[in-house]
Amino acid sequence: MYLYDEIDQKLVDERVIQFRDQTRRYLAGKLSEDEFRALRLRNGLYVQRYAPMLRIAIPYGLLSTRQLRKLAEISRKFDRGYGHFSTRQNLQLNWPKLARVPDILAELATVQMHAIQTSGNSFRNITTDHFAGVARDEIVDSFVWCEVIRQWSTFNPEFSYLPRKFKFAMNGARADRAAVAVHDIGLHAVRDAKGEVGFKVLVGGGLGRTPTIGFVIREFLPWPHLLTYAEAILRVYNRYGRRDNIHKARIKILVKERGPEKFREEVEAEWAHLKDGPSTLVREEIERIESRFSRPSYANLPATDTRLEAALASDRAFSSWNARNVTPHKRPGYAAVTLSLKKTGVAPGDITAEQMDAVADLADRYSFGELRVSHEQNLILADVQQADLPALWQAARALGFATPNVGLLTNLICCPGGDFCSLANAKSIPVAEAIQQRFDDLDYLHDIGEIDLNISGCMNACGHHHVGHIGILGVDKNGEEWYQIQIGGNQGEIRPGTAASLGKVIGPSFARAEVPDVIERLIECYLGKRDSDAERFIDVVRRVGVEPFKESVYGKADQRSARRRGHLAAA
Amino acid sequence: MAKLIKDRRVAADTWQLLERGPEDDSAAALPGGDLIVPLSLWIARRGDFGARKGEIGVWLDAHEGPEAIANEVGRFAVIALRFPKFGDGRAYSTARLLRERYGYRGELRAVGDVLHDHLYFMEQCGFDAFALREDQDTQEALSVFSTFSDGYQTSVLRPAPLFRRRLAAGKP
Repeated sequence: MYLYDEIDQKLVDERVIQFRDQTRRYLAGKLSEDEFRALRLRNGLYVQRYAPMLRIAIPYGLLSTRQLRKLAEISRKFDRGYGHFSTRQNLQLNWPKLARVPDILAELATVQMHAIQTSGNSFRNITTDHFAGVARDEIVDSFVWCEVIRQWSTFNPEFSYLPRKFKFAMNGARADRAAVAVHDIGLHAVRDAKGEVGFKVLVGGGLGRTPTIGFVIREFLPWPHLLTYAEAILRVYNRYGRRDNIHKARIKILVKERGPEKFREEVEAEWAHLKDGPSTLVREEIERIESRFSRPSYANLPATDTRLEAALASDRAFSSWNARNVTPHKRPGYAAVTLSLKKTGVAPGDITAEQMDAVADLADRYSFGELRVSHEQNLILADVQQADLPALWQAARALGFATPNVGLLTNLICCPGGDFCSLANAKSIPVAEAIQQRFDDLDYLHDIGEIDLNISGCMNACGHHHVGHIGILGVDKNGEEWYQIQIGGNQGEIRPGTAASLGKVIGPSFARAEVPDVIERLIECYLGKRDSDAERFIDVVRRVGVEPFKESVYGKADQRSARRRGHLAAA
Repeated sequence: MAKLIKDRRVAADTWQLLERGPEDDSAAALPGGDLIVPLSLWIARRGDFGARKGEIGVWLDAHEGPEAIANEVGRFAVIALRFPKFGDGRAYSTARLLRERYGYRGELRAVGDVLHDHLYFMEQCGFDAFALREDQDTQEALSVFSTFSDGYQTSVLRPAPLFRRRLAAGKP
């Protein structure tokens, strides 16, 4: 956990005072809707379908138990006793009162938290690998670099009003668990031949209306230049990004319109002025930030634990949870545990205040008082002794957080959708639930193996449907909710050789009730085509293409037009 | 006379800002007094201003970069940057470039949709004069310059980033 110093704290406190004054002037009629809108958005406050929604920043997904308990307290005191973890590792409250938001921000500031730049046309919360600092394939501890970026991007005066929102992701391990290719800027840590740290820099990726894989603007950026290079990119974007059309304002459109090479030249020309300037990072600063992170005081443990081995051998339910929800740790004798927030019947990512308190207790007891939020909307206890796994499993099971489905179909990513969000074309939570109910047989789920299923209620793609192995998109047709299915997306190179990709739509969309059948047919098609159970759904789609899957859903090409006519008649 | 915030004080505005018009490149007579002219007029008639009485300034619209006047910033007593809408953030970059890259030392004025809540960051980027939108309370706006006591990044007012200042102070 990065611990604020006096200046960090003061800035957050001053932000609360500023927003309190802005809210007061708005309520007094001194600020127009439009003017206040821009100010509240940069403090995470939306006005949603039924009520305001407050998005609280959890920088790079890292939380202390003290903070989680404060979130529980806030959700009880100011909301309806629950919250929603988003795909950007933040927490959303769905029912706060606008006039009380300054009080909520003041409460957050007491535990070094805030809602700064979680919305609006600003530089958003940076996201990273939820196994940062503990992964066996670590290149760098990405939390440290995320904090460097967090500070630089917080209240950066020049970038007060970017053309559009700006999302930054950082990955510090060999496997890409941060989906860096689908962010405005993605950083992938690398080491050169001498072992010096640098970053591969990707620009112009993103989902939304114009899903795009980012292009590599620089293969190796030595770490001291991280901020000056980012500043050059942001400056070019701030000056030349489109402002005439909100749907064409993201940096990916600028990159496309200029062409990646031309864009690179512009950035390099700007950087030539900034390179080696005062923002050039120095080792003392990286060490200072590193030293402000609290670190677990690990015990020296053997690599395997005999009690764990015995429990695994004797209890099948435990061993299947261990296989799915427990990840190897870089320290011998430790493991990282994923608490699944994807129990059937609960909206993915939702958590009650009581559960927050209970998870905080577990993290205090088993994982040095810290936890992480993953972009897959689960919670991670990253530093658990192997010997504690059986007891932790029992406790998590009692809380409903031990569904052994991490990486499996029911671990689906899902936005709040039409139940909450005013942008949504369709509901997404009931679709998620119907799929989870259809695939409730654990043996079958394990047989299907690793698969990402992502659901978004509109083309803004908060549920990351373009990068699901199966993606579901809610669409509106003449006021009715329909669902478009795509396959073949991939969030990033989690395994070597499977680069990030965008899904392809398989055909005309479906009514909500049809969706579980369609998913089932896609899965059956996959099971029939795979070479072995080591070949995942995404691997088969890449090998055989989309056509066999289309056929399994719509019938052969000659039958399709008849089906389509029937379908449209029904619509 | 319109009110202005200049160097964190309320001041009278002695300048006349000429809107852009079709006659920009014509040889029409210029009004007397201190004048802020549109960039297009400046470019068309930059030779005409030397003999004129009264001081001269130029204003740039949000899409007009500082490169156009990069080599002659010393000729202006005022450069004004226009915010067509408060949410158009291009002039923040223009302001920094004028101050940091092109060495402009004269008055840098924010004009257009200039609102209370944005003055702090504008000042950080190098603006020292603010022609607030008419409905804004100039007196009340004076308080915003102390909104934040520090900032992490480099800015025109704080050329060294916080981490360098911390190091220089020997603070851990």
